[in-house]
Amino acid sequence: MLRTLGRYFNLFFITLFILVGLSFVLAFFFPGDPIFNLTGRPLEQLPETPYTQALADERWLVAFWFYIQSLLDGSWGISTISGLDLFDEVSTLLPATIELSAYATIIALFVGIPLGFWCGLKHHRKTDYTFMSISMLMSSFPIFWLSLLLILIVSLQLGWLPMSGRLSLLYDIPHYSGFILLDIYMSDHPYRQEAFVDALRHMILPTLSVAFLATAVFLRTTRRAVVDVLEKDYIAAAQTRGIPFWKIFLRHIMRNALLAVLPLLAVQVSTLVTNVMIVETITEWPGLGDWLIQAIYERDYTAIRIGMLVVSIVVVLVTLLIECLSKVFDPTQEQFS
Amino acid sequence: MRNVRFAFILCTFAIIGCSEQRSASTIQSGIIYCSESSPSSFNPQLDTSSTTVDASAHQLYDRLLEIDPTSGKPLPGLASSWRVSRDGLTYSFQLRPNITFHTTDYFTPTRTLNVDDVIFSFARWVEPSHPYHQVNGGRYPYFDSLNLRENITHIEKVNHLRFTIRLRQPDASFITHLATDFSVILSAEYAQSLIQRGEPERIDHYPIGTGPYKLSYYRKNQYIRYIPHTQYWGELIHSGPLIFDITPQSSLRLAKLMTGECDSIAYPSQAEINYLEGRDDISLDQATGMNVGFWAFNTSKAPFDNVLVREALASAIDKTTIINAVYFDSATRSRSLIPPNSWAFSVDTPETEYNPVRARELLAQAGYHNGFSMSLWALPVVRSYNPDAIRMAELIRGYLAEVGITVDIVTSEWDNFRAGLDRGEHDSVLIGWSADNGDPDNFYRPLLSCDGIQSGTNRAMFCNLEYDKIIQEALLTTNIDQRKALYLQANLLIAEQIPLIPIAHANRYKVFRKGLRGVMINPYGGMRFGEMHKVPSVKDK
Repeated sequence: MLRTLGRYFNLFFITLFILVGLSFVLAFFFPGDPIFNLTGRPLEQLPETPYTQALADERWLVAFWFYIQSLLDGSWGISTISGLDLFDEVSTLLPATIELSAYATIIALFVGIPLGFWCGLKHHRKTDYTFMSISMLMSSFPIFWLSLLLILIVSLQLGWLPMSGRLSLLYDIPHYSGFILLDIYMSDHPYRQEAFVDALRHMILPTLSVAFLATAVFLRTTRRAVVDVLEKDYIAAAQTRGIPFWKIFLRHIMRNALLAVLPLLAVQVSTLVTNVMIVETITEWPGLGDWLIQAIYERDYTAIRIGMLVVSIVVVLVTLLIECLSKVFDPTQEQFS
Repeated sequence: MRNVRFAFILCTFAIIGCSEQRSASTIQSGIIYCSESSPSSFNPQLDTSSTTVDASAHQLYDRLLEIDPTSGKPLPGLASSWRVSRDGLTYSFQLRPNITFHTTDYFTPTRTLNVDDVIFSFARWVEPSHPYHQVNGGRYPYFDSLNLRENITHIEKVNHLRFTIRLRQPDASFITHLATDFSVILSAEYAQSLIQRGEPERIDHYPIGTGPYKLSYYRKNQYIRYIPHTQYWGELIHSGPLIFDITPQSSLRLAKLMTGECDSIAYPSQAEINYLEGRDDISLDQATGMNVGFWAFNTSKAPFDNVLVREALASAIDKTTIINAVYFDSATRSRSLIPPNSWAFSVDTPETEYNPVRARELLAQAGYHNGFSMSLWALPVVRSYNPDAIRMAELIRGYLAEVGITVDIVTSEWDNFRAGLDRGEHDSVLIGWSADNGDPDNFYRPLLSCDGIQSGTNRAMFCNLEYDKIIQEALLTTNIDQRKALYLQANLLIAEQIPLIPIAHANRYKVFRKGLRGVMINPYGGMRFGEMHKVPSVKDK
């Protein structure tokens, strides 16, 4: 157990190191002066520090060491276009992205997995076929199209929900955690109840767009796992012993199927993040994706570098976490060897 | 206990989710305006772009005088009365008493408006030695392009509410300059305190003025939040916040207007206007605009310094087709810089005809038998004078390909775009001009005079001494017929030299939701939210 954790810890740090290295090298590949790409300022305007000294002398390895230090203490440089501090920018934007991903994942889990179980138990019957065809349709839907379609119908035609942003700008909610519902709950805004409803209304469309695809994937993965488990000998053995089906389901099918689902979810993390970024751009959700795409448009290299680094670290972290969890929970894996 | 009840209410709301909107509240009386871009600062003295002007001039500040939008005559503003001496050289003003500046998180004023504030606001751009002159760039495009600085000899304080301005020579348009969006009055006390704190550059980014709104929060490329200035000297009808939701995409602004996320939007395109016409929740106003959209050549660069090449380019494009494709029915074809509704307009101005054969001949004469390649900068934002510069650029590229010229269309984010133009990196640019006051001088001088190059309004980088002489003469007299004749001379010179090709004068539109009241189309300059208010209504379903 400890060794598994240790192994993942090592893996995480090695990946992190490579990512940081890549982000450093990226500054040399982008057009323009690498020092400008790293800090957002020309050399003459930088304060005199060992880091800038190393950059000026082109001692790149030493500079890389200081670069890691600067990443750790939050001095990530400034955006070349807006001149804003990148650490501040990312720390206000990242929670919004995490929030959207989290809600979408929760919806997808709570809809996709039970449905998957149901389809798996009823496999090769009408319900199964119906849901499988629906989920096929759902997972083949391009997400940007779905998002636009929802906006077109629900916002523009029916006028039920707002189409962009995460809270009407009229509500002046101070920024504490970056998670909008939490911030509204903690604020003493005179209209916080209205603000809360407004935030929920803003959340529905983007969350549904992201959850739509994820639900289909969860449904199909779970169903496959359940069908696999059902074909196992120990299920047949339990059935011949006359154990009631609900007992077999709770003790054998559910646990074994979920163990098979968990590692597959890890694969889905990067897809989820990509989808969230697309939806953010379409619905103007003020998260990292919307910001990063803007930075790419404007060729804001410092912002692109940091944005890519942060997104990849989040993906690596979550993926490894899920994989690690599935190793820890799954007795069939040889984690003690 | 309160939190428990709150949590309960939240749960109920979470369950009913998107159902009925609750009854209207005061927060809903806030106005949201979907603007097109981020302002470069909150001081219109520094920037003539309408993005900056809309976000600052009439929201945060006041001027000594205002222009009556119907008659074009000056009205009292911060100055309650004024007098012009008989020789036209001395202007005396009397300020209104008890006008308060904004109190914000970053500044608390201790006194009301007096002459020191007016002198500071003028001295900043008039005196190059003024401590604030160089702060944030040291360029005052409107005043520099008109060369107003040279004409002001001194500003004298008579008492704390009375002062005089002396001019070197009479200027028929001086009083209208004081009423433009750019002649705002800043706080001298605030400027002083910033100098003491050693951060004078904050003056244009954390503004203090006397206007109907004060700045509460600004997040670049996201939004600007203003709150009402409760001690405003004029009538303040609106009690809620004012929000600029910065939405660069035109279609997105339209969509937000339809869903009610914006109460009004900047620069709707013609296609969008046709679409909105049938809707009963949206109002539409239009009027002829004091503007011109044009294609300017960088005359400081080869081969555009050659008049033959410029004429060739002018005869290579078919203006009629371009106007139909870009403006639909919402613009008048231009013959000269000024629109037909100006008194200085004359129908005798010649125009270059569309004639690709002649264009090729001219190019051959200039020595470009095989054509050449050039960059065409297309303005990245929608402006009333050019609703779709990129489309226009594509059409022009098509026409120029026929005469053997390869065109590379360049566009970038608005701030960068203008910075590139200021550095003169363009070969040619599709841009335009909206007048700040009704005087024709406001077209002729900034757009093509030598001083306009420095101030970044003369995108053709055109400097012709004869031209400068003509427009200077036109200011020295108040006789309309004489001035008109001089502006015709200027037109002839432009038609011969072709530093730019005027394309069209677009109509101005205001599009807003029915609940918004007090919207007026002002032919001169920016949005005025101080005059607007919102009738709270249950959201229309």
